[in-house]
Amino acid sequence: MGANGRSVAQMVPGETAVISGFISDDLSNRLLEMGFLPGSVVKFNFSAPLGDPICVSISGYDITIRMDEAAMIAILN
Amino acid sequence: MKRLKIAIAGKPNSGKSSLFNQLTGLNQKIGNFPGVTVDKKTGVCELDSQTVAEVIDLPGIYSLYPRSLDEKIVTEIFSDKRNNYYPHKVVLVADATNLQSSLLLLTQLIDLRLPVVLALNMVDLAAKSGQNIDVKKLEQLLDLPVALINARNGQGLQELKQLLAKPVSVSNRSIYEIDPEICQPVEKTKNHFSLESDYEAYQYLQQVDNLGFLSEQEKNSIREIASQFEFFPGKYQGAETILRYKFIQDVLSKVVVKNADSDWKKLSHKIDKLLTHKVWGYVIFFGILFLIFQSIFAWAQRPMDIIDALFANLSNTLNGMFPEGPFFDLITEGIIPGIGGILIFVPQIAILFAFIAILEESGYMARVVFLMDKIMRKFGLSGKSVVPLISGWACAIPAIMATRTIENWKDRLITIFVTPLMSCSARLPVFAILVALIIPEGTWLGFFNLQGLALMGLYLLGFTAAILSAIVMKWIVKANERSFLIMELPTYRMPKWSNVGYTIVEKTKTFVFEAGKVILAISIVLWWLASYGPSDSMNGVDAQVSQEISEGKITEAERENQTMAYKLERSYAGIIGKSIEPIISPLGYDWKIGIALITSFAAREVFVGTIATIYSVGNTEDQITIKSRLKAEKNPETGGPRFTFATGLSLLIFYTFAMQCMSTLAIVKRETKGWKWPMLQLTYMTLLAYTSALLVYQVLS
Repeated sequence: MGANGRSVAQMVPGETAVISGFISDDLSNRLLEMGFLPGSVVKFNFSAPLGDPICVSISGYDITIRMDEAAMIAILN
Repeated sequence: MKRLKIAIAGKPNSGKSSLFNQLTGLNQKIGNFPGVTVDKKTGVCELDSQTVAEVIDLPGIYSLYPRSLDEKIVTEIFSDKRNNYYPHKVVLVADATNLQSSLLLLTQLIDLRLPVVLALNMVDLAAKSGQNIDVKKLEQLLDLPVALINARNGQGLQELKQLLAKPVSVSNRSIYEIDPEICQPVEKTKNHFSLESDYEAYQYLQQVDNLGFLSEQEKNSIREIASQFEFFPGKYQGAETILRYKFIQDVLSKVVVKNADSDWKKLSHKIDKLLTHKVWGYVIFFGILFLIFQSIFAWAQRPMDIIDALFANLSNTLNGMFPEGPFFDLITEGIIPGIGGILIFVPQIAILFAFIAILEESGYMARVVFLMDKIMRKFGLSGKSVVPLISGWACAIPAIMATRTIENWKDRLITIFVTPLMSCSARLPVFAILVALIIPEGTWLGFFNLQGLALMGLYLLGFTAAILSAIVMKWIVKANERSFLIMELPTYRMPKWSNVGYTIVEKTKTFVFEAGKVILAISIVLWWLASYGPSDSMNGVDAQVSQEISEGKITEAERENQTMAYKLERSYAGIIGKSIEPIISPLGYDWKIGIALITSFAAREVFVGTIATIYSVGNTEDQITIKSRLKAEKNPETGGPRFTFATGLSLLIFYTFAMQCMSTLAIVKRETKGWKWPMLQLTYMTLLAYTSALLVYQVLS
């Protein structure tokens, strides 16, 4: 991860990006099982009215995660 | 006749339950797995003329690594050949619109060498989204039979049944090759337990603590092997998942012909724009809640009146047919009102469960989690607490069981603690009868049913108490793990009405038989307590009444009623009620209500049955329903009605907050593994109820 590395938490609605890895190992196993695989495409759909949690698409289905979790998923710039 | 055990597995929202309902119809029953309170749905299905299958619907899981207690059950069943539910065959239901994540579990089951039939569900939706699946190729690559089904309308079920009736062989694929670094401990574990597959041994090493069927001694020998070869559980899990997905992606790239088009999802996203809108989202959510309460009150009223009148009539008719005597009194005054007091809740419970089932089926419940998560976190809860709290309106027992989906212990404990404050359906009859007594009929603004509004107010009061208690708990309970939310938002779809129907039938049946047993038993005991007493004081009643008549205090016409009233007062029930009167009279209750408070300690819905029994003992007038009996009840001190606004409201508040449910206490004990939390809960809720009711009565009277 470079200094300017972004995470899913910094994406804007409608944006798509490629997952590069995980910033922390804490929940990586859970996120992997749900299909957040390095190299796969993630799309930021929309966030909940209060900004958290958010809804993202991964391999064709919709998942809700909190901003805390989103901040752990690194994306390629 | 061959009997097979068949397990249905798959990820949540894959259509498992629809398939289960299609296969078993009404031949299903809900029980518990031994030792734990996870719902176990089993049913019987005839596969062909020679084969009958015992089908079990397992909780939905994404992989063999469990995130919650419910999911642990599935891991245990699949990795324990001695388990009663270890299946002869597994049907893995996969959502064809989202094959990738549906197949993760499949690859694990293949490595465990379980015979699996893959049932591809929602193929029609997949086709709509432009995906064509080459089934022959898929069968060949996975080396197992694949059936195309539509679990919603039953298409492809015959083919699936035929596949299941045939001897199914185990797939020869081996997807996850054990890392060379850990071959030694895996080999040693495999030999030690004489296991068939490497993966089974690997799972033993990975999940020692999750596999409850292993004895402490067996667990220790696994731990020894692990430490001997420096095996760290969890270390290889990430690599395993990536490897499995690589295999799946490879297979899918060969069998799925797709033109990237997710048109069918666009509608779902459009609906989401509205339902998760920052204003409309909440307006619609509260609108739906409001609709639920209005309909519980408005739609259920008529059938409830009919049931009430029916039983009153039945009692009267039988009363006229039978000769006098204690046995017939027991039937007409004890048992029949008791059964009536159970069946009268059926319309309301059915409506409530219908709504909850529709919200679940349509995919809206997941949006509620999404909408409410941030707000709930402020109160020490999580978005996932919303579903248990809403289910708490039906019954605290399944609601507390539903908290198992909350991964974080602190979030879960707080949810368990406050859920019983949500007004469950057992409070509904108490509310319904008291609201009808003290709130006038009529409408507000010509539209809102006044009694419905009052009812909603009580539910909101319980909800507010739950939220405020959660805040307090948030500061008291210490957290030791990270809280997170990772949850699928399923695509919206029309609820499948037969699934809704099954839910209603099952939940109502469970209520009538489970709660019914208790209510009926208590009704009989009560009738006895209210009809008999110490013989010397009971015998004196007739003489006393005759004396009062001769003194001109009462007229001859009142003789019978007065006799009955004295008899009740001197019965065992009267003695018990009177002994607690000093404690409850500041709340505006008399000894008759006191009897009901005591009996309803076991289960609050007994309150209505109890007052029905108490007030029907010795009632000679014709065709009196519970409501009119209560209305006619006089307060001997004031001469006015017994159930004044102040007394009624005080009772309503008491029942809103009080624990009054043995089953809830038992389930909390089980879920929190000890008496500490249920006892704290009981003390807290009783104090809250008593103080609030006291305050209300003292201010209003």
